[in-house]
Amino acid sequence: MDDLLQEFIAETRETLEALSGEIVAWESSPDDKGRLDAIFRFVHTVKGSCGFLDLPRLGRLSHAAEDVLAQVRAGDRVPDRGLVNAVLAIVDRIGELAEAIDAGESLDDSGEDLLIAALAEGSDEIAQPTGNGAQRAPARSVRLSVELLDRMMSGMSDMVLARNELARRLRHGEVDPTVEAALERLSLTVGEMRDTVTRTRMQKIDALFTALPRMVRDTAAGLGKSVTLHMEGSDVELDREMIEVMRDPLVHIVRNSIDHGIEAPGDRRQGGKRENGRLVVSARQSGNQIIIEIADDGRGIDIEKLITKLAAIGPRSERELRALSDKAKLDLVFEPGLSAKDTVSEISGRGVGMDVVRSAIEQIGGRVELDNAPGKGLRIAIHVPLTLSIISAIVVGIGNQRFAVPRQAIEEIVTDRGEAIRIDMIGGSSVATVRDRRIPLVDLGELLGIERVQSETEMFAIVSVGEGSYALRVDTVLDNEELVIKPASPAVMSTGLYAGQTLPDSGLPMLLLDCAGMASAARLDFTRNGAHAYGEEDMVAEAPGMPALLFLDLDGVRRAVPLGIVDRVEQVDSDLVRMSAGQLRIAMDGRIMPLIVQGEFDPHRKLSMLRLKDGETEVAYAIQEALDIVVLPEEMAPAKAPGLVAGVVLLDGEQVELLDAYWLFGEYSGDEGEQVAPLCLLSGDDGWMMSFVKPLLESAGYRVTTELAPGEAASVTLSADERAPAGAVRLRRRKAGSGKSDDSIYRYDREGLLSALEAKVGAR
Amino acid sequence: MAHLYLIAQVAGRTVAIDSDQVESVVDIGEVTAIPRAAEHVRGLAALRSRVVTVVDTQSALGLETSGQNAHRAVITQVDGHHYALLVDALDDVAPFELLPLNGGFALDSAWRFAGRGIVERDGEPILAIDLASLVPGHAVAAE
Repeated sequence: MDDLLQEFIAETRETLEALSGEIVAWESSPDDKGRLDAIFRFVHTVKGSCGFLDLPRLGRLSHAAEDVLAQVRAGDRVPDRGLVNAVLAIVDRIGELAEAIDAGESLDDSGEDLLIAALAEGSDEIAQPTGNGAQRAPARSVRLSVELLDRMMSGMSDMVLARNELARRLRHGEVDPTVEAALERLSLTVGEMRDTVTRTRMQKIDALFTALPRMVRDTAAGLGKSVTLHMEGSDVELDREMIEVMRDPLVHIVRNSIDHGIEAPGDRRQGGKRENGRLVVSARQSGNQIIIEIADDGRGIDIEKLITKLAAIGPRSERELRALSDKAKLDLVFEPGLSAKDTVSEISGRGVGMDVVRSAIEQIGGRVELDNAPGKGLRIAIHVPLTLSIISAIVVGIGNQRFAVPRQAIEEIVTDRGEAIRIDMIGGSSVATVRDRRIPLVDLGELLGIERVQSETEMFAIVSVGEGSYALRVDTVLDNEELVIKPASPAVMSTGLYAGQTLPDSGLPMLLLDCAGMASAARLDFTRNGAHAYGEEDMVAEAPGMPALLFLDLDGVRRAVPLGIVDRVEQVDSDLVRMSAGQLRIAMDGRIMPLIVQGEFDPHRKLSMLRLKDGETEVAYAIQEALDIVVLPEEMAPAKAPGLVAGVVLLDGEQVELLDAYWLFGEYSGDEGEQVAPLCLLSGDDGWMMSFVKPLLESAGYRVTTELAPGEAASVTLSADERAPAGAVRLRRRKAGSGKSDDSIYRYDREGLLSALEAKVGAR
Repeated sequence: MAHLYLIAQVAGRTVAIDSDQVESVVDIGEVTAIPRAAEHVRGLAALRSRVVTVVDTQSALGLETSGQNAHRAVITQVDGHHYALLVDALDDVAPFELLPLNGGFALDSAWRFAGRGIVERDGEPILAIDLASLVPGHAVAAE
């Protein structure tokens, strides 16, 4: 906070110095629009800064002055002598207060009410400045132009290269130890200098974020709202210049979110949301960009209202505006002169709108993206280029060339020496299995057309690109380096493989690989992954890591069975097993139960078996030995046809078949005899189901009816009506579903229909 | 009006380059290749603390590359990026008057896009070329 205050004071002091001329000029010609604007901007900036620095007195003064100046700008008031004097008195007072804050002194506020009152229309009282000029404290910081920093940086790079050159030359001949020591010292100093100079340009984005919690709290409190702020990625580093440019837009967007986006607690309750609004501000690096996201869960942008308002301002008509594409409509928030709310509050600005935000971002080569969910929230993503950013990179070698890969994109690095990674071919593409993850493999040499050097070990960098990960095969992993990345020329960027170029200490230029670009060049498609991940999440919520019993089957295969159905593991005499009524059965505890045997068992020895139980039915399963209790991974490759094995899971890098408990009990419980065929109720039938579906269902072992007899309950309801209640299995006429949430079944999908019914019956 | 031109040898021909386009003339050291980039992009080279994109001028003109490694290059700046255009040799820097390219010369291939006019040195006509049109990614824009 101290830093911010210092900066505010320095800025105010500086602007005041520059402004003093303007003020005098305005005094002589109050009609000068340009001068008026300059003064307006000054008080506006002060007002904005006071908001989050908690300087209420300055805030009150600047707000009052801004109000009056806004009236003048709008033509509602004429800048007469009294008004000019009053404004000038306030500007002076702001200067005095700033100096007092800097010197840590207090200034009595007796005259301030008078100053503000003097602004009122018709007041001809000429306020006299009251302060006697506080002592000026010596400045603790210097403001530097970025251009100077640039020159310093490039001079520094030259120096590093010169040192390297010198060191190289010295290595060739006999060197006096004293010269060597001097070089050593030089190297050290140059290294330190370089770090310092580098740091002068870079700043953690934290510098932008630190002011936010207080600002959010105060802004929300001022509006009677309650907002929880989450911040992520505050250690992402950004060029200092960019941070400066980002400051105002970020503050503006955050305020907008709270003021216009997040609703009042009462409205939120009504809308079924938590009273606490949620605001997430995050920064991350993605490829050659840094993305700052501001997401709220408020009401989003009301496009209808936006259009009505813009049509009223002109010049475009409502019809023209409505004809725009959805995206273009959303982009209308960037139109100048737009304030989404009708009243001007202390929080949001006056005419300093999203248009200013966007132009500020575009000025540094960035862009603003909106993701609007009306009623649910708005996400604003600011993309700024990585240009001039320093990034931590891993240097990899392929053939005899080196490339940098952003450290942030790399999850881990593995070699094929251990058992850490396994490469298989699936179809025409290579797949790497790292622990229990299967990810695509991209061979950097192949991708870039570089011949690889023969080496004993191969290295793999596991690269993550937002939507998914892949393994990147390289020859060597050389180094971890901090690199200054600069944009490469279009000729280089057009390949789509590189994010920029850099000049490391070696003096030989190096390219920074664009991980996302490589993925698309290698035609990796993670979109299916995304859908899959959603499904997985649902499953996990139901059964977080299902435990299972791993056993060695009689046929020597390792299989697993869900632990939930294993009643116990027992040793029994083999002579209890008989082949009777076409099925191996075992007599135990006065009962007969079916025995499942895969392979051969020795009839003269004791037999290990699993007793599997689903509540009523009991099935025995002969095994060689029980091995371990394991947690099943989320992923399972399903078996081709339903049967004893539900699918294959990967456990410690080994394929293990998982028994299908559902099928097992279904298959072996029939002989209990008591079970009645499940009743299927057909509803909303137009005759089609009776003639087409009924035979199918009956052959699958269901009883079918269109009307329930009194006291009868259907095991499952099958409906042709797509709006049937959720418990029913719904049929649809179109082949394709209408979306992810559509769980209806195409009516000629026999397998799908039967399995859906089965699942519903089984769930009961 | 006379203007300073750099007379250079490219692909065995003599060309004139507007000195306004030339930032410096250097000898290029080691070049880092750019896999998958266009054929006439030789690679990246370090020029003090700056990284320049090295363009094989001969290949950019649509001619077969001699395969020889030319090291001398003309540095030019296009849209904020620095490029080194390889030349076989440099002859001279002198003021010349640019004459229009008319009279029905049929310049072949990329020469036609690069040609901007003619200068005359001791009665010998020399084609004046526009370096920016040889820079990949800008060639189209220069049309």
